[in-house]
Amino acid sequence: MTAKTIFEKVWGNHVVQALPDGNTLLYIDRHLIHEVTSPQAFEGLRLANRKVRKPTLTFATMDHNVPTDNRTSIKDLIAKTQIETLEKNCKEFGIILYGLDSDKQGIVHVIGPELGITLPGTTVVCGDSHTSTHGAFGALAFGIGTSEVEHVLATQCLVQKKPKTFLVCFDGNLPKGVTAKDLILKLIGEIGTAGGTGCVLEYAGSAISSLSMEARMTICNMSIEAGARAGMIAPDDTTFQYIASNNRPFAPKDKKLEKAISDWRILKTDEKASYDRQITIDVHNMEPQITWGTNPGMVLGINGVIPKPEEVRSATKADVESALKYMGLTPGTKLTDLTVDVVFIGSCTNSRIEDLRAAAQIFKGKKVSPKVVALVVPGSETVKKQAEAEGLHKIFTAAGAEWRNSGCSMCLAMNPDKLKSGERCASTSNRNFEGRQGKGGRTHLVSPQMAAAAAIAGHFVDVRSWL
Amino acid sequence: MKAFTKHTGTLAIINRENIDTDQIISKEHLKSIKKTGYEKALFSDWRYDDEGKPNPSFELNWPQYAKATILVTGNNFGCGSSREHAVWAIIQYGFAAVIAPRIERNGNTIPGFADIFKNNSSKNGLLTIELSQEEVNRIIQIATHKQDVQVTIDLTQQSITFNTEKPQSFSFKIDASTKNKLLEGLDDIGRTEKFADTITTFETKHNTYL
Repeated sequence: MTAKTIFEKVWGNHVVQALPDGNTLLYIDRHLIHEVTSPQAFEGLRLANRKVRKPTLTFATMDHNVPTDNRTSIKDLIAKTQIETLEKNCKEFGIILYGLDSDKQGIVHVIGPELGITLPGTTVVCGDSHTSTHGAFGALAFGIGTSEVEHVLATQCLVQKKPKTFLVCFDGNLPKGVTAKDLILKLIGEIGTAGGTGCVLEYAGSAISSLSMEARMTICNMSIEAGARAGMIAPDDTTFQYIASNNRPFAPKDKKLEKAISDWRILKTDEKASYDRQITIDVHNMEPQITWGTNPGMVLGINGVIPKPEEVRSATKADVESALKYMGLTPGTKLTDLTVDVVFIGSCTNSRIEDLRAAAQIFKGKKVSPKVVALVVPGSETVKKQAEAEGLHKIFTAAGAEWRNSGCSMCLAMNPDKLKSGERCASTSNRNFEGRQGKGGRTHLVSPQMAAAAAIAGHFVDVRSWL
Repeated sequence: MKAFTKHTGTLAIINRENIDTDQIISKEHLKSIKKTGYEKALFSDWRYDDEGKPNPSFELNWPQYAKATILVTGNNFGCGSSREHAVWAIIQYGFAAVIAPRIERNGNTIPGFADIFKNNSSKNGLLTIELSQEEVNRIIQIATHKQDVQVTIDLTQQSITFNTEKPQSFSFKIDASTKNKLLEGLDDIGRTEKFADTITTFETKHNTYL
């Protein structure tokens, strides 16, 4: 038998039919949907008089549009219509929905794992590029467009071209104050925002095995920021313990779980398997990372300085000049000298309970700088409840940060949470594109600890000196 | 979807790398439940100033590009969010094809298009053409010299021809399945439904752990 990577194993288990044109008809085990990228797909089904083939394999929530303050009256009528349309579609086609009235509602990539929907060895898709998050469980998970959402609804399959494999090895022990977020930002800085195009990344190495599930989700989440549609981590005892804990309604239980775990144990890359590409990153001397430009590949260690346009090898001089102009930055400025106006802790990258605990550890007993507005937005209502049970919300509010309801919030500013033009933000989200957090807004991506420290100091700091 | 066989038109050039789908269509335009009405939303943050007036420095507002139907741009076009609205907006604005270079940098190859965008394009009849950096540079050179030059893209022949005094041609690669789909304007779902029995058989032996 030929040696296989974990990706090749999961792919192989889902081949319904090899197509004559070289593509594969691939079976989809879990389909997650939300309000923004699904309405046109349901409309397409109706127009063609099609049904949803397997309604029990699709799970819906609303997250992108929802206000995080008062969610009972949505003032934006267009957003409200989109939310009501999802409710109507789920009812009509028999799909389970965790809506605004549900205590399990949340960001789609937070609730999938939380509810036990995401499991090792499954294929998971969603009309959202950050679907790569679920790869942390050893699932093959990738983002799709609305046409493909419709395709999955109608057929429970997708026509896919087999991607290439790319091993990313993070070696060494993670230094104090350096997190999963820093690892993935460092990788994107190394290989660029298109470095993983056409590939499925597999993350391995000692730094990865020591990470919690939530930290692994942070890494896989940003695979798309390196151009890869998916990232995977082989499941291990950490994975199985996560699935067995907290009474996750869709995860197998008891005997079924034991049987499933024995299936999942073989879901790792065979010793002699080979990859199309690979890279090793030594984490020993890594610093907390911070982006300075307008894509996640424009990133440096916190003790760096804003580069001169001609110094950046990963982009053209004109593009760096344009990024610096947009960001309002001058070459030679120390990153720690940059003041911030807004701090956002949340998003499908960093809004889980461990992220909030890490931020709370920094906020505890301190005050948010009077010049800074700080928002803490839990990834789901479940995370919110847990944080409140632990008293974290009191730490945030005592420090002067706002404690909100769950949603995508300021990660993409499709809801009332957004930056004003010119505002500089320390954000735990995943994209620092122009206007991502609001037209003219300036985003610096960092870890939750780094964001919390910036909120207190009023400027970026090397959080390691605070720990 | 509309079939793509042959298209003749003029070029617009936005020579920037890594244009992400947040720039192609910004989030405030994603709240619609319709598939139409996105033509004004294309590149809106770059195209209009804060008062909603056209920004004269943005390429698509230049008079010479007013009637362009082929977009030439930088590598890694369409990276970021999976929003298919980006493709809908490009088509509804009036573009039939997008050309982007595959470049070599620091020993790595950077493709012309991001995966999800390329895939979404193929499902809506938008042709994405990847050429080498040298070829795209030559195209930019020709189009800058003669801005109203008519260009014919022939998908069957996989060729781009500039209707200059002495016609200049470029050939491009495209995978056979995307080519056929575009030529015939095929509906993916209809094709997959032909495998309904195979899917049912697969389902009887496949464990979804649910």
